[in-house]
Amino acid sequence: MEYLKKYPKLFQWLFLLIVFFALCFAIDVPETYKFIRGQAEFVKDPNQSVYFFLGKEVRYYAFDVFWRLPPLLGWLPIWINDSLFFLMNEWMPMEFWNEDTQEFKTRPLLLEISRNLTSFMTFLIELIREILLGGLETIVAFTSWDFIDAYPWLELPGLPWTIVAAGAAILSYKLSGKGLALFAGLTMIYISIFGQWKPSMQTLSFILVAAPLSFIFGLGLGIAAYKSKRVEKALYPILLVMQTMPQYAVLVPALVLFGVGDHAAVIITMVVAVPPMILLTILGLRAIPPEVIEAGRMSGCTNWQLMFKVLIPTARRDILIGVNQVIMVCFSMAVISAFIGAKGLGFNLLLALNQLNIGLALEAGLCISLIAILLDKMSLAWANKQTDYFGNLTFFQRNKNVIFFAASFVIGIIFAYVGTFIFKGSFNYLFEIPHNKGISTADFWNKGVDWIFDTFFVYIKAFNTWLIQDVLQPMRALYLRMPAVATLVLAVGAGYLIGGVRSALVVAALTLFIALSPWWDRALVTLYMATFGVVISCLIGFTVGTLCFQNKKSAAFMLGVCDIFQTFPSFVYLIPVMMLFGITDTSVLIAVIVYATIPATRYTIEGLRSVPVGLHEAATMSGVNKFQRLTKIEFPLAFPHMMLGLNQTIVFALFMVIIGAFIGTEDLGQYILKALSDKNGAGIGLTLGICVAFIGLIFDNLIRTWVGKRKKHLGID
Amino acid sequence: MSETVIKCESVYKIFGENAKKMLEESNGNVDAKTFQERGCIVGVNNASFEVAKGEMLVVMGLSGSGKSTLLRCISRLTDATGGKIFIEGQDLLELNNKELIELRRNKMGMVFQSFALLPHKTVVENIAFPLQIKGTNTEESISRAMEMVKLVGLDGRENYFPRELSGGQQQRVGIARSLAVEPDIWFLDEPFSALDPLIRKEMQDEFLRLQEKLQKTIMFITHDFDEALKLADRIAIMKDGIIEQLDTPANIVLNPATEYVRKFTEEVPREKVLIIEDVMDASSKDNLGDLKVSKDEIIENVAEKILTQEKLVGVVDSNNNIVGSIKPSKIIDTVFGGRKNGS
Repeated sequence: MEYLKKYPKLFQWLFLLIVFFALCFAIDVPETYKFIRGQAEFVKDPNQSVYFFLGKEVRYYAFDVFWRLPPLLGWLPIWINDSLFFLMNEWMPMEFWNEDTQEFKTRPLLLEISRNLTSFMTFLIELIREILLGGLETIVAFTSWDFIDAYPWLELPGLPWTIVAAGAAILSYKLSGKGLALFAGLTMIYISIFGQWKPSMQTLSFILVAAPLSFIFGLGLGIAAYKSKRVEKALYPILLVMQTMPQYAVLVPALVLFGVGDHAAVIITMVVAVPPMILLTILGLRAIPPEVIEAGRMSGCTNWQLMFKVLIPTARRDILIGVNQVIMVCFSMAVISAFIGAKGLGFNLLLALNQLNIGLALEAGLCISLIAILLDKMSLAWANKQTDYFGNLTFFQRNKNVIFFAASFVIGIIFAYVGTFIFKGSFNYLFEIPHNKGISTADFWNKGVDWIFDTFFVYIKAFNTWLIQDVLQPMRALYLRMPAVATLVLAVGAGYLIGGVRSALVVAALTLFIALSPWWDRALVTLYMATFGVVISCLIGFTVGTLCFQNKKSAAFMLGVCDIFQTFPSFVYLIPVMMLFGITDTSVLIAVIVYATIPATRYTIEGLRSVPVGLHEAATMSGVNKFQRLTKIEFPLAFPHMMLGLNQTIVFALFMVIIGAFIGTEDLGQYILKALSDKNGAGIGLTLGICVAFIGLIFDNLIRTWVGKRKKHLGID
Repeated sequence: MSETVIKCESVYKIFGENAKKMLEESNGNVDAKTFQERGCIVGVNNASFEVAKGEMLVVMGLSGSGKSTLLRCISRLTDATGGKIFIEGQDLLELNNKELIELRRNKMGMVFQSFALLPHKTVVENIAFPLQIKGTNTEESISRAMEMVKLVGLDGRENYFPRELSGGQQQRVGIARSLAVEPDIWFLDEPFSALDPLIRKEMQDEFLRLQEKLQKTIMFITHDFDEALKLADRIAIMKDGIIEQLDTPANIVLNPATEYVRKFTEEVPREKVLIIEDVMDASSKDNLGDLKVSKDEIIENVAEKILTQEKLVGVVDSNNNIVGSIKPSKIIDTVFGGRKNGS
């Protein structure tokens, strides 16, 4: 009784758990239940039931309502598909002038818009690709093939790789200094020598189109949200879902709306890259001291002048951090978009992984990682660079970077020209090293992998078998044993205990959506993989973070490592694990653990660091030892921030689990992958994506609410 | 008196959703407590005053007293909830956005506590900013800004960025910027509060020197009573949005209107604030000794001379006409004497 009074919350939680387990045991597995593999929903089966909703036929297995809720939302994907189909093919037919056939043709409005949009995107991408790699298409777009045949010299040669490399180095020098310039130059040379030039430039051209467009839209929407509360309220839920939605899942609807290829990928990349830009724009504008705004107003600024001469320049750094985010998202999308046929490094990586050519995959992956680091460092350097005064410099000093670039341009062309004499009859290595014609270490790596397999096969296999049979399978079975009603009770109870009625309602709605979709089983499998990953990641991350925090240098070093690892597109993580563990759940889980450990470590160190110095001194003066200080002062104060890290860890883990479907797991991701190759996949893909996002949002809501309360309680923020 | 530049008639500023409606219901009788119970916070409560051309009105109050809010109402950075504000006879609250921008571009300048400089512009660019906003061409605005740089004594640093300057230097830039368009009305919102005491004194002297030269109409906000005494032609003391007393520094020290004001004046060294005229006896002009002092002299400066006298000391105006007299013992009374029998 004494305890009950002292810790009422604890007993409420215990009570909730007891109810949950009681429900779990009380609700039996129905005899007809089986874990649905493949697309069983769409096959007629004597055990299936059917219901109709809005004229759509939905099939499901008639389980006990307590065990699995009927898929009342089963019509949603079908309905989304039909609506999309209707919008694209039947809605608002209009007369459009057809340039090729020289006549008016009736086409649905949206189809026409989509076609025009995609051809515009294709044009932009091609234009940049041709500058970097050479070609004809852009000129043809303005003239015709006949015109080109008449003037063959018009063909645009690409920039020699030496010039692009020099350009990257000079830009890096201007932004940051010698170190980054050296890194940029070496990266470019590596890319070229290892024969990855063409795919790299394809990826780069993709980013050069997607990033600026995303920036413009993100900035515009961010400003709109800053100015109008209403716009912000409308945008907020979309931003929230987009943050937890796996990038993979948005690819599917893009297929339907914009087809296959770079253009579709660019458009869908913008959908993913705009939200972080919006968030950082709002954040930056909000952080401007009110007196600066007043100073602008008192100077007699119109609203327009205030925005572009005062607010945006003052918020420059935050906005440029947004640019950094946009570039990184664009890059990781450029890689993942290979699934819908975007060219470039991602495509090569996908190809190599499909052929199980780990060596090639490793080279492409290294290339991707190097470019990711380079882009990240360059855009960060830009954000941190402060404006300088140039007025009293000489002409040469002011324009030295331009002059250097012009010089390297000329030298590069001379080199390329000289190259035509040196490499007679073969490829001109000073102009462009063709794909896979450079040095390749693929064989070496492949042999290495083979050697590892031959030598350690027994141990790896033993570990693998143990993990799968003794840990993963039972865990999976346990998760699948969770009845829908019991889970709902647990989630709602947790919501109520943490955040009151409001949280309970939000969590209930999110859980219900998943429970009423046809994929409750899959969601549980996803959850089991994510949980396994998150638990191990947190153990590693919190331990490593705490240990590294003991020393300033090691903490800074660890944060640097986290920074670098975080820039890699998630897909890259699959390469080394496939190398070691082949195509199994273990591979995916290890990739999940590695990927999700990054935020766990980072937030632990940041949280511990954020403990005020004054408190440290106060603690030291009260005579605590190091361990006491850690447990009594640092952990309690850093805990809320570490919980935010847990939140990130969950989102990262979910992302990786979904992408892991590429290796072949049985979660929601597998269906998303299937939807990619299904012409009716858009609805399913989108609904699945929302399901994953909602799993993330359930935890996001609970953790954020708790952290908010805790921080208020501790008086830190 | 010379012409009135700023005129406020029962200005109210109340924050909250139903502020306007509640103000109408209250008939001008605003009680902060009842308003707060209904979710409204009273910023400025029934402020009425005038500022004449070339006068410096210092508004003094502790934080939360509504002094900054009052200033923002008069510069219309926030809209007053009730009352009327006239700037040179123009009804400020009736102006549309375009007219307001015109007014600010030509008539008003403002200095901020946190300097509020634009971080991406150099000193001279910051100063030229209001001119460029107005549409003045680059050459002219820069040359005008350079004059301002010289005026505030920052020559040689015109191409520095704000981040490279000390607090005092940054505020000089802020002052120069607010003066760039040659405004008639000058608002200063705690301009020296963020500075170190030594720098603050230096800036105050600098400010007095500028004002002597420029003769602007000034509203100066401060929470520092000494600063108010040192600078003001007249002081308005605010508490909870209400102006408790509005008078010359001498009258405030000698006749505090409320208990609250009196607390401020208690610690004030009178000999540094009062001038001879404030304490002289204008009725007796006979039996004077040899010493004569000017009526505008601060007591501290002449006290020693007066105290050596035994006879009455004559007080003269600027034309050397005798306007009154002062007993040496009166000086002792003023400095050490009882608090309420000053004059």
